Amino acid sequence: MNWLMAIIQTALFVALAPLLMGFLKFCKCLLQNRSAPSFLQPYRDLLKLTRKQPVISEDASWLFCVAPYIIFSAMILAASVVPFIAIDLPTSAEADVIVLVGFFAFARFFLALAGLDIGTAFGGMGSSREMTISSLAEPAMLMAVFTLTMTASTTNLSGAIEHVIQEGLILRPSFVFALFALILVAIAETGRIPVDNPTTHLELTMIHEAMILEYSGRHLALIEWASALKLMLYGVLISNIFFPWGIAESFTLSALGYGFLAISSKLIVLCIFLAFAETAVAKMRLFRVQEYLGFAYLLGVLGMLSHIILESTR
Amino acid sequence: MILFLAYSAVIFSFASGSIALVHLFKPEVNKQWVFWLLGLSGLAAIIAGVGGLITSQIYLDTLNMGLPWLPWHVHFDSLSALFYLIIGIAVFSISFYAPHYTHVTQKDPQSFAVLSLFTGLFIGGMLLVLLADDAFMFMIAWELMSVASYFLVAFDHENSANRRAAFLYLLMAEVGALFIILAFGVMASFAEDFTFDAMRVSHLSTMWMSVAFILALIGFGMKAGLVPIHVWLPEAHPVAPSHISALMSGVMLKVAIYGLIRFCFDLLPEVHWEWGVVLLVIGTISAVSGILYAMMQQNLKRLLAYSSVENIGIIVMVLGLSMIFLANHYPEFAALGLLAALLHSFNHALFKNLLFLGAGIIHHQTHELNIDMLGGLIKRMPKTSFLFLIGCMSISSLPLFNGFVSEWLAFQTALRVDVLDDGVLRSIIPVSAAALALTAALAAACFVKVFGLIFLGVPRSRHAEKAKEITDKRMLAAPAMLAGLCFFFGIFPSSILHLIDNVAKQLIGSNLPPQSVLSVFSIAPVSAQQASYSPPLVLIGALMAAGVCFWVLHRNLKTSVRIAPTWDCGFGGLTPRMQYTSSAFTMPLRRIFSPAFLIEETIEKTMRNNTETNVAQVRYSLHIQDHSWIHLYQPVEHGVNHVAKQVGRIQTGNIRTYLGYSLATLILLLWVVS
Amino acid sequence: MNIESQDFYTQAILSMSALVGLTSFLMLGQGRLLRLIFVFALQGLLLTLTTGLCAYSLDNPHLYISAVLTFSLKVIFIPWMLQKQVLEMNMHRDVEALKNNTSVMLGGASLMVFSYYVLQPIIHTSSMIMLNALAVSLSVVLLGLLLMISHRQAVAHVVGFMSIENGLFFAAIVSTNGMPMVVELGVAFDVLVAAVLFGIFFLHIRTSIDSLDVDLMNKLHEVDK
Repeated sequence: MNWLMAIIQTALFVALAPLLMGFLKFCKCLLQNRSAPSFLQPYRDLLKLTRKQPVISEDASWLFCVAPYIIFSAMILAASVVPFIAIDLPTSAEADVIVLVGFFAFARFFLALAGLDIGTAFGGMGSSREMTISSLAEPAMLMAVFTLTMTASTTNLSGAIEHVIQEGLILRPSFVFALFALILVAIAETGRIPVDNPTTHLELTMIHEAMILEYSGRHLALIEWASALKLMLYGVLISNIFFPWGIAESFTLSALGYGFLAISSKLIVLCIFLAFAETAVAKMRLFRVQEYLGFAYLLGVLGMLSHIILESTR
Repeated sequence: MILFLAYSAVIFSFASGSIALVHLFKPEVNKQWVFWLLGLSGLAAIIAGVGGLITSQIYLDTLNMGLPWLPWHVHFDSLSALFYLIIGIAVFSISFYAPHYTHVTQKDPQSFAVLSLFTGLFIGGMLLVLLADDAFMFMIAWELMSVASYFLVAFDHENSANRRAAFLYLLMAEVGALFIILAFGVMASFAEDFTFDAMRVSHLSTMWMSVAFILALIGFGMKAGLVPIHVWLPEAHPVAPSHISALMSGVMLKVAIYGLIRFCFDLLPEVHWEWGVVLLVIGTISAVSGILYAMMQQNLKRLLAYSSVENIGIIVMVLGLSMIFLANHYPEFAALGLLAALLHSFNHALFKNLLFLGAGIIHHQTHELNIDMLGGLIKRMPKTSFLFLIGCMSISSLPLFNGFVSEWLAFQTALRVDVLDDGVLRSIIPVSAAALALTAALAAACFVKVFGLIFLGVPRSRHAEKAKEITDKRMLAAPAMLAGLCFFFGIFPSSILHLIDNVAKQLIGSNLPPQSVLSVFSIAPVSAQQASYSPPLVLIGALMAAGVCFWVLHRNLKTSVRIAPTWDCGFGGLTPRMQYTSSAFTMPLRRIFSPAFLIEETIEKTMRNNTETNVAQVRYSLHIQDHSWIHLYQPVEHGVNHVAKQVGRIQTGNIRTYLGYSLATLILLLWVVS
Repeated sequence: MNIESQDFYTQAILSMSALVGLTSFLMLGQGRLLRLIFVFALQGLLLTLTTGLCAYSLDNPHLYISAVLTFSLKVIFIPWMLQKQVLEMNMHRDVEALKNNTSVMLGGASLMVFSYYVLQPIIHTSSMIMLNALAVSLSVVLLGLLLMISHRQAVAHVVGFMSIENGLFFAAIVSTNGMPMVVELGVAFDVLVAAVLFGIFFLHIRTSIDSLDVDLMNKLHEVDK
């Protein structure tokens, strides 16, 4: 029964990811005085892509065709680990938050390899930049996450969230730092403005798009869906770790429904916030990203230190 | 029985070397015996290792060798057994790999004999180090290992650069050995005996213990390749034959780690947390700078050598954590740290051997080790590329592979910092954990570069274009076996963790915390509530997810794939030269971490018709150097030269002056004696 | 002495102190003057909120006056004045190229840790809130100095100076539950006078050396190099 719940939750997670993307686009359009497409537009795009015939470069190898499946599966695995509507699901015990970061690394590894596979300058450029940014973002992310896990003295996400709920509302300075650090990392890792612009195809600025330039058809659909999933994953992580209230602690129908409403409203708020930020901020130069991520790392370290020094003095 | 197997592993390896010598004089002796004996030696070492780990007993023996009043003491416990296992696996895989490799590269019988003889001695020496229970035997075995490997590094001695690398290696090995002897000397002077048993119970003051620790750290650190005494590693590894560099990088560095563990956790009567901090800091520096330098390399084997510096750094870092916990009376967390360090040693031996053997195959088929000259090999060498990919994934510590498990355990160890009281430790350890995260992420970037530039894309040179898959099945079998093990221990880490847990029990007298779980399905080093990782379930989940989406997308396959030329932005004429190269790929990181390197970047432009704007040709060259050369070695070198010059002054060349020296010495001695 | 065992007021003050520390870091990394002033105003706002919080939970009405004073001075008047000057002198488009930004930031982080270590001795004699508030305000003071060292624009120096004052003010509010009204009024007046004086100085520096870059004041060095 619990396993069924876990699978249903994961499926729901995967199914709703494009909706989040659509809603984000909708908010951005409204803010930028453009007429907005429907929320469902990403689903239509994905459906269209799956029906199209994929075109593959003659220089591509098997890795190029396999990579989208690997990336997508890694994201699904990540989605199964992150508590979405309910905690204490059996899937969350199979991997903890360090493994979650590992799943992201797995997906990124293959995405970067796929970028190099076709042998164009764009692919290499994208891979190089992506690996650079992620290698700076990963320590910052782990620092932020460690702050949480040390507070809850578990690296199991479900356990950590349970801990936060049980303690009730405690204003922790370390969480403030960790929250900011995680938001900065999330923006960098999901390729949003100001680090990367998901809508651009300008060769000098693109990172994520440069890697997937040669993808088409169902392969592209998988990769697009995977990046929507990644955005949603970070959104859920941020909202459920720092504002876990409302998440279902038992598997009754009302608790689950309440949990679903809670996470939806949290994600909506987060989306609106992100849309505002993306409208107000300009994309930065590639070599400013190190300062940005350095700042995220600094926040992570400060969070960690303030946890260790401030909050649990012995 | 176990001890007999352990001895026979040593004897087989020596025998393998001597058969090679016999073959030189009597060519009718089948030279395949060399490799069969090597394989037997590896097999015996594996069985002895596994047996020793399972029984987890201490086997003692005395051998009447060497000087009559100084018998060799032999001691085979779980720690020795684990490293026996590591060496065994490496040697066993190499016995498959070497025949074809040496057959093709070494046509003349003499060089074959030399190579095989010293390989045998080298392996035998390493195994003997693990058996030693007194300083005397330890040093003899250690020297055997060092000197034999010197000859292996200098094997290709026609090239002067190789001779230089080998000399550097010998110099550093001997200086390192000197430090180890001094460390043993300090211990022996208090124990009044050379046996380890006497040292274990000796009473030293904290000051002398610290002196011994520092000496041992320098000595073993030189062999292991800790920054800044790592410089021999990137010089020596590329010039040795590939299977030898695999042995040196994958195994010999581990023997140095073994020595460090033996010395710190076993011989020294107690540990201090300050030493742990020293190890932690040095390990962190080695890990981060090792991978940063690795990233900048263009020579594949050089890159792998630097990556060994990184991995040794990680191991030492976790050992430091373990020591800190041990000194603060948390033996179960110390056991966790030791477990992580030992598992990483084991894992590193597997994947580094795999990568070096893969590099050997690439070199063998393309005669090229420069990453910038390769490319597109995945289509030409599909099997090799697949095995190499597994190696890259393991070393980048991706989930489902073995490298991830040890790194995960290292993080778990670092996260236990909450129990400590000391403010310094509480702030240092998290920062080093972040450095570990940075290292892991940089390693992933580095090996994306390696795999992407060597195997993917379009060939960048004719060598790469003409490359073919290797035909010799045995030469592929060795990396295939290692890749299989990498995957197996990534999915079922508990199988090896159970065995390593015995080592911790024997060495520091404590297992993992009582709530820990090490089952087939899941591992939880502290307790199931605190952290758990179940790779089999992750694998099943991944297969299910991939299967479902494959099925969904291929259900009604009306649209088959169309193959078309790569999009060239409408300009036409994509050439392999347009691809990213090694220096291009790493440019952002080079720029971000520029203080870590000494970078010489020159751009020469040749102008056409003496104009300012019409560029005919651009030449870009990049030279990256280690800081340690300029800031550590050159001052030392100048100092030594200076002293030598001063000393040289007494050499006048006049015979009567020398007679005068003799007279003065004589008088001085007489005065001292009286 | 874990944070779970503290009351809500303490937690709120601790979070405020964390945020105040954060704004100091933000100022340290800021190259644009207008944004620097904005973050400074933000810090003032946080101070106002802290003062209000103190006033509310300690039931100390005169702190409300202090909060209003802080708000009007540090959130509105001084930022407005500085902004006006920056705009007048047409410096709002200048971006100061901060050298070694990362190392300055890391230096800032270690200063923060350092201020905790300085205050370690009082850890047993004081409440948690006191320790942390003092540590944060000490680090705000030190970071303010670091800001002045690392920036070259005179305006940034003024902001650094003012944030030092903010740090002291924060410590005063939190650890003594509000100073006597007279002292507070005096300090507020001092700050006001300082701000006005700085404005006059800017004008003079500007007219005499034609820039507000303090490095150019090296010209005034008496001994020729």
